[in-house]
Amino acid sequence: MAAHQPAPDQPAPVSERGVIGWLRENLFSSWFNGLITLVTLYFIASLLIPLIDWALIKAVFSGEGPESCTPGGACWVFVQERLGFFIYGTYPDPLLWRPNLVFLLFAIAVVPQFLPISGGLRKWLAIYGVTLFPVAAYFLLAGGSFGLESVPTTRWGGLLLTLVLAYVGIIAALPIGVVLALGRRSEMPIIRGICVIFIEFWRAVPLITILFMASVMLPLFLPPGVTFDKLMRALVGITLFQAAYMAEVVRGGLQAIPKGQYEAAEALGLGYWRRMRLIILPQALKIVIPGIANTVISLFKDTTLVLIIGLFDLLGAVKSTLSDPAWDNVMAEGYLFVAFCFWVFCFGMSRYSHRLEKQLETGHRN
Amino acid sequence: MNSNDLPTRPGRPKPWNDPRVRSVAFQILAALAVGWVGYSLFQNTIANMESRGISTGFDFLDSTAGFGIIMSLIEYDESMTYGRTFLVGLVNTLLVSGLGILLATVVGFIVGIARLSTNWLVARVALAYIEIFRNIPLLLQIFFWYFAVLGALPGPRQAVNVGDLAFMSNRGIMLPAPVFGPGSGWMGIALIAALVGVFFLARWARRRQAATGQIFPVLPIALVVIPGLPLIAYLATGMPVTWDIPEMGGFNFRGGIQAIPELGALLLALTLYTASFIAEIVRSGITSVSGGQTEAAAALGLPARRILRLVVIPQALRVIIPPLTSQYLNLTKNSSLAVAIGYPDLVNVFMGTTLNQTGRAVEIVAMTMAVYLFISLAISLLMNIYNRAVALKER
Repeated sequence: MAAHQPAPDQPAPVSERGVIGWLRENLFSSWFNGLITLVTLYFIASLLIPLIDWALIKAVFSGEGPESCTPGGACWVFVQERLGFFIYGTYPDPLLWRPNLVFLLFAIAVVPQFLPISGGLRKWLAIYGVTLFPVAAYFLLAGGSFGLESVPTTRWGGLLLTLVLAYVGIIAALPIGVVLALGRRSEMPIIRGICVIFIEFWRAVPLITILFMASVMLPLFLPPGVTFDKLMRALVGITLFQAAYMAEVVRGGLQAIPKGQYEAAEALGLGYWRRMRLIILPQALKIVIPGIANTVISLFKDTTLVLIIGLFDLLGAVKSTLSDPAWDNVMAEGYLFVAFCFWVFCFGMSRYSHRLEKQLETGHRN
Repeated sequence: MNSNDLPTRPGRPKPWNDPRVRSVAFQILAALAVGWVGYSLFQNTIANMESRGISTGFDFLDSTAGFGIIMSLIEYDESMTYGRTFLVGLVNTLLVSGLGILLATVVGFIVGIARLSTNWLVARVALAYIEIFRNIPLLLQIFFWYFAVLGALPGPRQAVNVGDLAFMSNRGIMLPAPVFGPGSGWMGIALIAALVGVFFLARWARRRQAATGQIFPVLPIALVVIPGLPLIAYLATGMPVTWDIPEMGGFNFRGGIQAIPELGALLLALTLYTASFIAEIVRSGITSVSGGQTEAAAALGLPARRILRLVVIPQALRVIIPPLTSQYLNLTKNSSLAVAIGYPDLVNVFMGTTLNQTGRAVEIVAMTMAVYLFISLAISLLMNIYNRAVALKER
């Protein structure tokens, strides 16, 4: 007796698989969804087509001076011609190799963090990035020693200044924030009180008022004869401001660690700092990586505020060239260029934090 | 039995090893250090101000300001005092923050929900919006809207005309203004009566549902009554509200509500920037409600809309509200970027012009910071009270 042979399975209907199936499921699952899809498509098209037309198709990318631009298209010649000013500000031309070298040293520290190379090397490069690199960068940029010509900070500008502000701010704000967070969780009432007042004060006022205070009132607070340059004042303001936010982020992590971990660390007989350094902080900081990344990104964006107290960061440099009468209307191009630069950095940092979060994920759920 | 075998109490540790002594000593040192820093700052400030001949005190608040402000909701002119400029700036700050919070919440919730849409395209557009707007500095966005968009609008004579009612030009946005004639007070009374009525109806409906299980359709009735009663009052009193439509006269528009471009640009930038953060907060709040909750509610036989209203939203709000409040605070603080484009907010008017004219840096900076400090602390306090009320009550 022959066994029953079932007929071979029929393939799913055409409307349920492939491109059509995907479209049906994701865009046209009901008449209402279909309508929304069409309306959205219409809006995207009416927004993107003129934008692409203006920014890419009709645009002029290279040429000489404002005359080479055509009406109706973006004039990227403007950005191309002023690129040096946008990147270095008014840093003296013959000395440009110094910021370039700093950019290279910076890239050596940062780029490998994104590459699939051994963790040990990455760790050492990261340590170099927060210790040796800032020192070397300072001597290279400021000069005045080792036979390098001195360049006052008033001549630093553009992207260079933005990166200096952001980098120093980030590597200073994190440790200060950690110490403040530990202080706020301390069992000593006076220490706790000082930290709470400090954190709540900085978090409550806008950064602008702090920068104003730093530029108007700091000279009043200091003994006569002691002066800070403008860059230093802005740096102190931005760093302390973001350190307070960082402290709150870290505190969230400290609170999320179960009590048993604190008690176990104490039972091992470790002192306070070793308990924190070896047991609590590694776990707490890992939990709050997204929060730390957000704070770092907002610090990066906040560096633009220094233009209000008269420093020419990337935004300030571009804004100051926009009033040049030789170029009649390049505002949109200028601002879009700055927006693109900031977007690349901020988006890159947020992607990196996602990756770091996944890498450090150990599967422990408290 | 040898006395050596008895367990002996450990002797007190040496003072420098005793945690209690160390903690007290450390705190005293910290307090002394902070006190010393504070004292020397104070001394330096006094000495510096004396050597520069800067006078102190709040008497300047009563002297005449003598400068104009381009926008003021309260009565102001050049002959008024510096104290008045403080109020004008404060009101302008509160105006732009209030409007910004309202708009950012609406846009943020829409985008946050769109981000979770099953429609692939809508979800992607929402994602693109969020990733673009939150990764670009707010100051840059303000400049972009103010200089590149609103500044590029045509002059008043060629203003963009929206149905002969509203106009957009590089001088600002002109909207029709309602003019409340005599008798329009009845409309306000009718509105209040409708709100009170709906409130009591809702309370009665809730009690009835608790007692009998029957549901009373409050929402449709409210949607009819709340606009309906004022409308009846409007018609009954002979249509007392007329519209003052902006008209071209001379070189600029006259009449209507005139919103200066600074306000428009600031509001637009604050709204779009903050909304991108609110959208992410809303999304994470909704996804934080576990699927089991929705399924359990469906198993009870609740229809989809009631599941959303009674089960998902209350639990999502518990996650959404605290970060949402901090976004509101951020928006309020960020409104101080107004100074960059010249919108007359508190920082621009008081900490800018008034400070430059009077030179009373310490007093003015302290007053300005105190305002923001007060707003922040007040909202944090309310937040903590709310948090305690909605926190998960575990038994």
